[in-house]
Amino acid sequence: MTTTEDGILIRTTINGDPTTFLASQRDSLLEALRERLNMTGSKEGCNNGNCGACSVLLDGRLVNSCLVLAAEVEGARVDTIEGMAEGEQLHPLQRAFLEEAALQCGICTPGFLVASRALLAENPRPTEEEARFWLAGNLCRCTGYDKIIRAVLKAAGEMDGKR
Amino acid sequence: MVSTEKPQYRVIGTSPVRPDGVDKVTGRAEYGADIKLEGLLYGAVLRSPHAHAVIKRIDTSKAAALPGVKAVVINADFPAQASGDLDLGEGRANPMWLVDNVLAGSKVLYHGHAVAAVAATDLHVAEDALALIEVEYEVLPAVIEVREAMLETAPVLHPELRTNVRARGAPAAADRPTNVALHMRVEKGDVAAGFAEADVVIEREFTTSQFHQGYIEPQNATAFWNRDGEVTVWTSTQGAFSVRDQVAALLKVGVGHIKVVPMEIGGGFGGKINVYLEPVAALLSRKTGRPVKMWMPRADVIRATGPTSSTFNRVKIGAKKDGTITAIHAYLAYAAGAYPGSSVGAGVSCATAPYSLDNVLIDGFDVVTNTPKTAAYRAPGAPASEYAVEATLDEVAEALEMDKMDLRLKNAAKEGATNAMGQPLAKIGAVEVMQAVKSHPHYTSEIQGEDIGRGVAMGFWFNGGMETSSSATVYQDGTVGLVLGSTDIGGTRASLAMQLAENLGLTMEDIKPQVVDTDTVGYTAVTGGSRTTFAGGWVAYDLGEDIKKRLVDRAARIWSVPVDQVRYEDGGVSGPAAEDGSARRLSFQEIAGKLQGSGGLIAVSATSRRNTQGAAFAGHIVDVHVDRETGKVSILRYTAIQDVGTAIHPAYVEGQIQGGVVQGIGMALNEEYYYDDEGHMLNASLLDYRIPVANDVPMIETVLVEVPNPGHPYGVRGVGEVPIVPPQPAIRNAVADAIGVKLYHTPMTPARILDELLPRE
Repeated sequence: MTTTEDGILIRTTINGDPTTFLASQRDSLLEALRERLNMTGSKEGCNNGNCGACSVLLDGRLVNSCLVLAAEVEGARVDTIEGMAEGEQLHPLQRAFLEEAALQCGICTPGFLVASRALLAENPRPTEEEARFWLAGNLCRCTGYDKIIRAVLKAAGEMDGKR
Repeated sequence: MVSTEKPQYRVIGTSPVRPDGVDKVTGRAEYGADIKLEGLLYGAVLRSPHAHAVIKRIDTSKAAALPGVKAVVINADFPAQASGDLDLGEGRANPMWLVDNVLAGSKVLYHGHAVAAVAATDLHVAEDALALIEVEYEVLPAVIEVREAMLETAPVLHPELRTNVRARGAPAAADRPTNVALHMRVEKGDVAAGFAEADVVIEREFTTSQFHQGYIEPQNATAFWNRDGEVTVWTSTQGAFSVRDQVAALLKVGVGHIKVVPMEIGGGFGGKINVYLEPVAALLSRKTGRPVKMWMPRADVIRATGPTSSTFNRVKIGAKKDGTITAIHAYLAYAAGAYPGSSVGAGVSCATAPYSLDNVLIDGFDVVTNTPKTAAYRAPGAPASEYAVEATLDEVAEALEMDKMDLRLKNAAKEGATNAMGQPLAKIGAVEVMQAVKSHPHYTSEIQGEDIGRGVAMGFWFNGGMETSSSATVYQDGTVGLVLGSTDIGGTRASLAMQLAENLGLTMEDIKPQVVDTDTVGYTAVTGGSRTTFAGGWVAYDLGEDIKKRLVDRAARIWSVPVDQVRYEDGGVSGPAAEDGSARRLSFQEIAGKLQGSGGLIAVSATSRRNTQGAAFAGHIVDVHVDRETGKVSILRYTAIQDVGTAIHPAYVEGQIQGGVVQGIGMALNEEYYYDDEGHMLNASLLDYRIPVANDVPMIETVLVEVPNPGHPYGVRGVGEVPIVPPQPAIRNAVADAIGVKLYHTPMTPARILDELLPRE
């Protein structure tokens, strides 16, 4: 990490790509992603860790990027919604969200997908209750959660079946 | 699905993946705050720390001098406004009050009221600049609660305000300052005579908290005021044309000079119709010559946008032993927030709408309070008044020892009967919904376990019609471009493309819908009022009819046969047999490929202003468990039954119902605005305000009753709003059933339930 007159120079890896960017000391990771790196898939819903719309993985751990300072990702690995699909293929969770109509307005969707991916990495076959507790940090105001939970359980079944 | 007289459809009734789906699961969809423009500045808003105060002085010089700050604006930078009337699409606004809500005039009227705004090269710089603005306030006493605001001794918000009395038989208003902006009345029959006939009369009083729409995407706006005077606004809104018209009115610029580009919208529920930031961003852009982007911090969203009215409602119901309701008298007082214009009118109209009654008298009051100016929220006005009626009705059933659904069925609204306003009812599904509730296995099942109870309630919402425009182009590969003025808040592109596809005999994937700016499509009212699938569907149908007619004409020309011998059927054109006996037939794709060589491609446009939308009825059943130790209410099972007309995309119809139910559960159990004695709003974050999270709720079972709307080619009724109406009374009735305690306030928080359960000191 280098501090310059214009801010601090941060070297990190985002979705597998080595990335270097300049940020203000006050920038959260979310601000850096959205306003400095133009990666706007992570959303700001609350900026205080309530809503989970800005969920990313930091060295594989699920975090709210609004609660992480940009400076903290020096040397770390960041995975965002933009890196979830591989090549031409959507991630099974993304496909399941579409097929199960698990989004209405879509603003919470990137956060739910990132959080669900972290859930399935830790617990490949969650029960409905486990999925609901894991995803309690992600707020959705449109769906009532029903179809989101169904989509996550469906994707879990598909992914686990292919193991 | 329960269905009556439904035609066979090929596309309608299926649940394809939405056209905008991939962008929304990959993070590519562009919402308002995602925009990036060359030379972009960031805007921030200074807000009032007081609930009620006179602004004695504002000094912005230190803020303006901070390096990086490019402009500061206050209310005086707007043109002066006279009193007027602006149609917002779902509600109306007086520009004189609207501009003062956007940036406070001589007074601040609620905690969080916008006072000044800054544009700077960096958001952090803009926020630093806010701290340098000096405002001198003379703090006044504040009034938050609606009944207190109605007292003659209450602090007055607007000294010039007088009560507008629109109530036959009520005394004229006194010529003195008041917070009561409106007294309205709906009257039918003779309630005194009705109560005299009754065997049982029950009168109860209810209060409801303020509830916020709680969309996850904060309000945002980006504006660029070009040096040729042309203004472009990018924003997440339910109605691009509504934003255009409001910005034009507040800035006194002709609508032809303002283009509003609707970005994807992250939820609205009625709360993204009124402008807040758009005119401010435009002013800042005019001063700087650069585009200005603004979005609200969450605390500002909760403190200064939305919410619903808090309400006080008294309901008196008389009924005979056989269950016939002889009279209902209701008194509804709704807090409008800082400026007049609550949704009490709809509260009055909807209160008794599920029932056919001979004698009804409803008084409604619109009252200003030192709280944020209320905005539309999903069936605006209906949840509070119907909660009071449905909860009282449950006590009537109990007094009569009658099944709760039998009482409701006995009095159900039917086609041909008149509502409280004396208007005749069109074909509606109230009886069908009530019967579906009564025969549902959830309703007929045994309740097992301690402290578990069951509640039911009905709900009604009008649904909207209003103006919608679209255009369509047949491309040479057989696909059809569909241009929409309705912003897509949760499946609009899909549901409208499906209706055009149905009419043309194509698949949804053959239709390429896009939502466009206000310069590119005809006037279209807001995505709201449960109107979009109805009105947009009518326009899609009209476009399809026009395209079919033109294709028939073209086929006749290509084949050199009379037009009346050509038919459009099964996704193509058919003509009389050729001289060699072969059938004349071109599929849609085939004739589309011949258009350019035979007179050109086909482009059509249409506008609909039909108001044949058809009302929506819902009936909900809920089982709850009440924890006597903690006061926590858990939802064990929830079934929502609704007349949806025709479900175009059933998965999205279910989603609308499930989402509305969970918002209603939030109102019933946790969501609430807390104020201190000075009127400071204390819980301005999503988890302190406490919207439901995933582990608060179970799966929500839906039953789609289909009583097609005769006023729509595919029988569409609006579905989005009515599901928020029954949850409050249904859960309240279930709690009463579980623990024998009747509550008269929502939300029924653990603290309030414990208050009832714990022994009194």
